[in-house]
Amino acid sequence: MEQTSNVVVQPVDKNKIRGIWKIAGILAIITLIEYAFAFMMDAGTLRNVIFVGLTIVKAFYIVSEFMHLGHEVKGLIYSVLLPMIFIVWLIVALVELEGGAVKSSRGTVDYHPTGSEQVDDSH
Amino acid sequence: MATTATVGNKSLWAGGVAPLKASYGKLMMWFFLLSDAFTFSGLLITYAFLRWSAPAYKGDPSDFVFSTEYWPIPEKVYDAFPGLHGVEAPLFFVGLMTFILILSSVTMVLAVEAGQRMDKKGVVKWMLWTIIGGIAFLSCQAWEWSHFISGSGVATIGDVFINGRWVENYEIMGAGLSFNQYGPPAFAALFFFITGFHGFHVFSGVVINIITFFNAANGMYEKRGHYEMIEKVGLYWHFVDLVWVFVFTFFYLI
Repeated sequence: MEQTSNVVVQPVDKNKIRGIWKIAGILAIITLIEYAFAFMMDAGTLRNVIFVGLTIVKAFYIVSEFMHLGHEVKGLIYSVLLPMIFIVWLIVALVELEGGAVKSSRGTVDYHPTGSEQVDDSH
Repeated sequence: MATTATVGNKSLWAGGVAPLKASYGKLMMWFFLLSDAFTFSGLLITYAFLRWSAPAYKGDPSDFVFSTEYWPIPEKVYDAFPGLHGVEAPLFFVGLMTFILILSSVTMVLAVEAGQRMDKKGVVKWMLWTIIGGIAFLSCQAWEWSHFISGSGVATIGDVFINGRWVENYEIMGAGLSFNQYGPPAFAALFFFITGFHGFHVFSGVVINIITFFNAANGMYEKRGHYEMIEKVGLYWHFVDLVWVFVFTFFYLI
């Protein structure tokens, strides 16, 4: 490329800009959905799974579109993605299985306030 | 660029081939971010592990009171908003923080996009908005921390370990590293460590953004002929946003 003092500024691609704001809108909507679940659904395993699932959807849009990984070559996508899949496995193994196992082997007892026996304890 | 024509004559390992079609700097930024993701995963695993193995509160959420005996319900802890004293606004403030960080991520994408068009004015404008977003987020976090440390509502009664001896029925107000009014000691310690580590990433990001902002404004990247530095800094900034998305879920929602 020739070194010139007056650089040519290319015109704005309106569709590209609209695409960026569309992704931002999707991220905002997913966050609002998370809020809806936080306020309208009782805490429990199902709600946690929903939160983590929606978080992964948000992470997908950020990494794929904002960080442009979705438009890189396959080799780069996999060299970032595969280690993260192993990390997710590690999180599930350590948190769900080990955390629960340590809790039961310590004999940790959950707190049940008196007079609230009618509370659903199924989760 | 000219190497692609001669690649057929060369050995695949003799250099001059770019199988990942990304520059050295961008590639190394990706692998740095991957290693940084491992660090944050370690922190979040620690959080979730300690939380899952701690006693849980199994009563009605509306009857919930803070105690050092069981893990708190997060939305009962983070329910304050600046200027609205005594009003319960669960998770509103952290929602605002999330919104600010996502917006600053969008302005960063717009800066990268302007850079690809060699639009110096656009880069400078959007980098400035990104910096403002980052500073706004850090200010929010400073307020959140100071509110968390000074505490709110009624003091929690608990046994604490001060100056080498146990004190029974101590009135705990606010949060410190060794004990806090909201829950087990690990709760506040993890909050400080993980949001602090993330906040430090945001801080470094703001500093790097300011440096590249001045470089762009001074025409350094225009002289260089490309704005790739903005893209690399952008990758880091989006990563900071990405980590916040996870911190938000694990700390405030679950």
